[in-house]
Amino acid sequence: MTHEGGDGLVVDAEVRCGSFSLAVSLAAAPGQVLGVLGPNGAGKSTLLGAAAGLTPVSAGRIMLAGQVMDDADAGTFVEASGRPVGFVFQNYRLFPHLTVAENVAFSPRARGLGRRAARSAASHWIDRLKLTDLADRKPDQLSGGQAQRVALARALAGQPTLLLLDEPLSALDAGTRLDVQAELKRHLAEFTGPCLLVTHDPLEALVLADQLIVLEGGRIVQEGTPAHIARRPATNYVAKLVGLNLYAGHADGSQVALTGGGDFVIPDQGQHGDVLVAVRPSAVVVSNQRPGPSSARNTWPAKIAGLTLLADRVRLDLDGQPPALVDITPAAVAELSLHAGSEVWLTVKATELEVYSHDHIRPG
Amino acid sequence: MRRFTLTIAGLAVVALAGCSSSSSSSAPAASTSSSTSTTGSITVFAAASLMGTFTQLGKQFETAHPGDTVKFSFGPSSGLATEITSGAPADVFASAATANMDTVVSAGDASNPQNFAKNIMEVAVPPNNPAKVKSVNDLAKKSVKTALCQPQVPCGVVAAEVFKNAGITVKPVTLQADVKSVLSQVELGNVDAGMVYVTDVMAAGTKVKGVTIPAADNASTLYPIATITSSKHESEAQAFVAYVLSPAGQQVLTAAGFEKP
Amino acid sequence: MVTRTGPSHLTARERARRTARGGSSRSVPAPLLAPALIAIAFLVLPLAGLLIRAPWGHLGAALSGSDATQALILSLWTATVTTGISLVIGVPLAWVLARGSFPGQRLLRALVTLPLVLPPVVGGVALLLAFSRVGFVGRYLDDWFGLTIPFTPLAVVMAETFVAMPFLIITVEGALRSADQGFEEAAATLGATRMTVFRRVTVPLVAPSLGAGAVLCWARALGEFGATITFAGSFPGQTETMPIAVYYALETDPNAAIALSLVLLLVSVVVLVSLRDRWLRGGSLS
Repeated sequence: MTHEGGDGLVVDAEVRCGSFSLAVSLAAAPGQVLGVLGPNGAGKSTLLGAAAGLTPVSAGRIMLAGQVMDDADAGTFVEASGRPVGFVFQNYRLFPHLTVAENVAFSPRARGLGRRAARSAASHWIDRLKLTDLADRKPDQLSGGQAQRVALARALAGQPTLLLLDEPLSALDAGTRLDVQAELKRHLAEFTGPCLLVTHDPLEALVLADQLIVLEGGRIVQEGTPAHIARRPATNYVAKLVGLNLYAGHADGSQVALTGGGDFVIPDQGQHGDVLVAVRPSAVVVSNQRPGPSSARNTWPAKIAGLTLLADRVRLDLDGQPPALVDITPAAVAELSLHAGSEVWLTVKATELEVYSHDHIRPG
Repeated sequence: MRRFTLTIAGLAVVALAGCSSSSSSSAPAASTSSSTSTTGSITVFAAASLMGTFTQLGKQFETAHPGDTVKFSFGPSSGLATEITSGAPADVFASAATANMDTVVSAGDASNPQNFAKNIMEVAVPPNNPAKVKSVNDLAKKSVKTALCQPQVPCGVVAAEVFKNAGITVKPVTLQADVKSVLSQVELGNVDAGMVYVTDVMAAGTKVKGVTIPAADNASTLYPIATITSSKHESEAQAFVAYVLSPAGQQVLTAAGFEKP
Repeated sequence: MVTRTGPSHLTARERARRTARGGSSRSVPAPLLAPALIAIAFLVLPLAGLLIRAPWGHLGAALSGSDATQALILSLWTATVTTGISLVIGVPLAWVLARGSFPGQRLLRALVTLPLVLPPVVGGVALLLAFSRVGFVGRYLDDWFGLTIPFTPLAVVMAETFVAMPFLIITVEGALRSADQGFEEAAATLGATRMTVFRRVTVPLVAPSLGAGAVLCWARALGEFGATITFAGSFPGQTETMPIAVYYALETDPNAAIALSLVLLLVSVVVLVSLRDRWLRGGSLS
C-alpha cells in the first residue's frame, strides 16, 4: 500500500544498511501519534534515523508537510539540520556542558536567534514542562524523569513539524515511568504535527499511540489501532508481547488443523484456508486428570515446563500439542500440587478461540 | 627476603656511585719503567680549528708508532676545557687559546703546556658573495648577515679583538658553538659572512671564499698543547705531543696555513 | 603441614585496610623491588643533584644576568605563540584525521606523528633545507619578499611548532575518536550546521583533552633545543631560548646554567601537576 501526498509524514522508502534492509510504507497525519512497535533489530532506529535525516534512504522517498525531505530517485536530500524535526533520544543526549536552559535554547540559537531571543523562546517551553526550578542545573544533576522532560522541551523548542521519540520511557525506572507516561501523553496530544514514537514496550504503545505499526525484520507485519492489534496479533512476537497464545493452522469449517500439531474445534464461521487462532492464557482450564464430558470442545494433555509468578497469578509454560501459556491462581497451583514436570490436561471452549485469517490483519 | 633485596639494591647504587668517583680521584698507575715501547690508545681533545690537521697527524702518528691508536674529540676549546675539569677522560688537550689551557692548568688537570701553532682570522663568504663583502668593515653593515663564534670560544674572543682593532661594531645573526659550525653556516649560504681562521678558509677549498683582514686589524691566537695529569697513557700522550712539536708535525700545520708560534 | 607457607605478620593497620577495602597484600614482590629501586635512583638522583648543587643564595643574581632574563622571556613567549598556532591549525587537522575519510588518511596520520619520533635536530635540518635562504621554499621567500626566516624569532616559533604541534594533534585526535558522536547527531537534529556543531558541541566536549594537549605542546616547545639551535641559530634576545642558554652557560657561568635549569624543572613540575593523569587517560566530557 502506498501513501500519497497529504500533510504530515509520509514514508515510502527502503533503507539498506549492510545486510539489513528496512522497507516500509507509512503515514502519520498531523496531530497523530503513530507508534512503531517491534523487537530489537527490527529497524525502528533506522526508521527514525531516516525520518530525521541522519540516514539517507536507499530507495523511495520521505515527505513531510508536502515537501520532499529525501528522494532517492531524484537525488534530493535535506540534511538533518535543515529538517523541521524534533528528536527525543532514548538516552536523551542532553549536552553535558550546558545547563538545562542552554540545552533548551540550543535549537533556537542554532537556527539563528540571538542569545536573548533564544533564551526567552526556551523559557516558554521550560515553564510549560515545569522545568523552571531546574533551569540552571546541569544534566548530571537531573533525575531520569526530569531529564526526559528537558529532552522533550529541547526538541519542542525548535518548533518542529515532526516529532520523533525513541523509546522515550525505557530509561526510566518502573515507578517514574507511569507518571511520566501520563504527562507525555498530554504533551503529545497538544503537539499539532505528526509524531513517530518507537518502542518495544507494548504497554507504552497501547497508552501513547493513536495508531500502531508492528515492525519485524525491517518489514511492517501489522497495522491498526492498539486495541485491535492486541486482540488480533499477527505474529508470535506481538502475541507474546500482549500475552496471548497464537497458533497458525488450516481451517476447514469447524475444525482447525494446527501447524505445530494438534487441532481445535472452533465456532463454524465458514472459514477455510490459513488462519490464526488466538487464545488468552486466562481462558484455559487445567486439570490433573482427563476431565469428563463438558461443553468445552477442546481438551488435550500437556506437561508443565515452567512456572512464573506474576503479580496476582501464576503463568504456566506447557509443552504439548499444541503448547500453551496458561494463567491460574497460586491457590490452584497449590491445590493441584503442580510443579515442573507435572502432567496435566488443558481445556478451552471453542467460543474462547479468536480465529482470523491473514487478510483481516490490515484494515484499510 | 625483602630486607635482603633492599640491602643489595642499596649497595648496588652506592657501588655505582663509588665507581665513577674513584676513577677520577685515583692516581694513575704510573708506568715505573720509562720504556721506549709505547702501545695503547689515547684520546686527544682538540680545538675545532685543528680538525683537518690533527686528524692527519693522528694517522701519521699511528703509522710511526704501530700498536698505538689516536682518538679525537673536536669542539670549542672552552667547552673542552669544561669537560676536562669535570673529569672527562682525555690524555692530551690542544687548545686554540692560552686562556682555556690556563683554566685546565689551574685546575691541576694539565701541566707544562707548550705552544705549537698560531692562527689569524679571515672573513669567509659564500662563493657567490651575495652581500658583496669586500673587507671586514662591511660586516658592520646592517644588511650583512654575519655568523660569529660564542664569545667564550677562542674564535669569538679573537674576532672581538679584530673588531676592536678595526673600530667597528658587528651585530651577528647567530653565535655558533665553534668555528667549524660558523664555517658550515657560510658554506650553506645561510649567512653572508663568518669570522673564521685562515686555516678554515683554506680547508674549505672552493666551498667558501676568503676576504683577507689587513694585518693592522687582524688578531692572532696561540695554540698550546699539554698532556692531562690523570692520563693512563702518559708515555703515549707525551709521544704525541712531541710529534706535534716535531718538524714532521709542524710541516703539516704550516701546510694547512698555521703560523709558527 | 596444612598450609604451603607459614603465617606472616599482619600489622593492625594493614589488617584494617585489607578488611575495609579488600585487596591482596600490597608489598612488592622481591624480584620486582630491586629493579624498581634502581629505576627510581636513576630518575631521582640527577634531579636531586640539581636541587642540592643549586646556588640557592645567589639564584636571583644568577638569573638576573641579562642573557638569562632574555632567554627566559624569549622562551616563554615563543612557546605561547607556538601553542596558539598549534591550536589554530592543529585542531582542525585533528578533526580531519579523526572524522574525515579520504584516501591517504593513514599516510597523513603517520606524517603528522613523525616529528614525535624524529630526533629534533633532524627536524632542524629539514626545516633548514626547506626554509633557509637557499632552501627550496626559502629562496622564493627571499627573492619575492626579502623575507629570511633563519636567525629570527619566527624561526624559533617554526622549529618549536614542528616538534610540539603533533603532541596537540594526537591528543585531540584521540579524544575526538573516542567521543560520543550521539551528541553531534542530536545537535544536527536541533538544526545546527556542521560548523555550529563543531563550535558548540564537539570542541567543548573534548575541552579537557584540548587543554591537556595544549599544555603538553607548550611544555615541549619550551624545552625544544635541537631543532631550534639548528634552524634558528643562537643569539641572545632573538633566538637563544632557555635550553640553549643553559647549554652555553655551562661553559661560562655554571651558576646561571643551574639557575635556568631549576626554572625549567619548576615549570615541568607545574605542568605535570596541572595535568595529573589526564594526558594518560586522554578523556573527554562525555
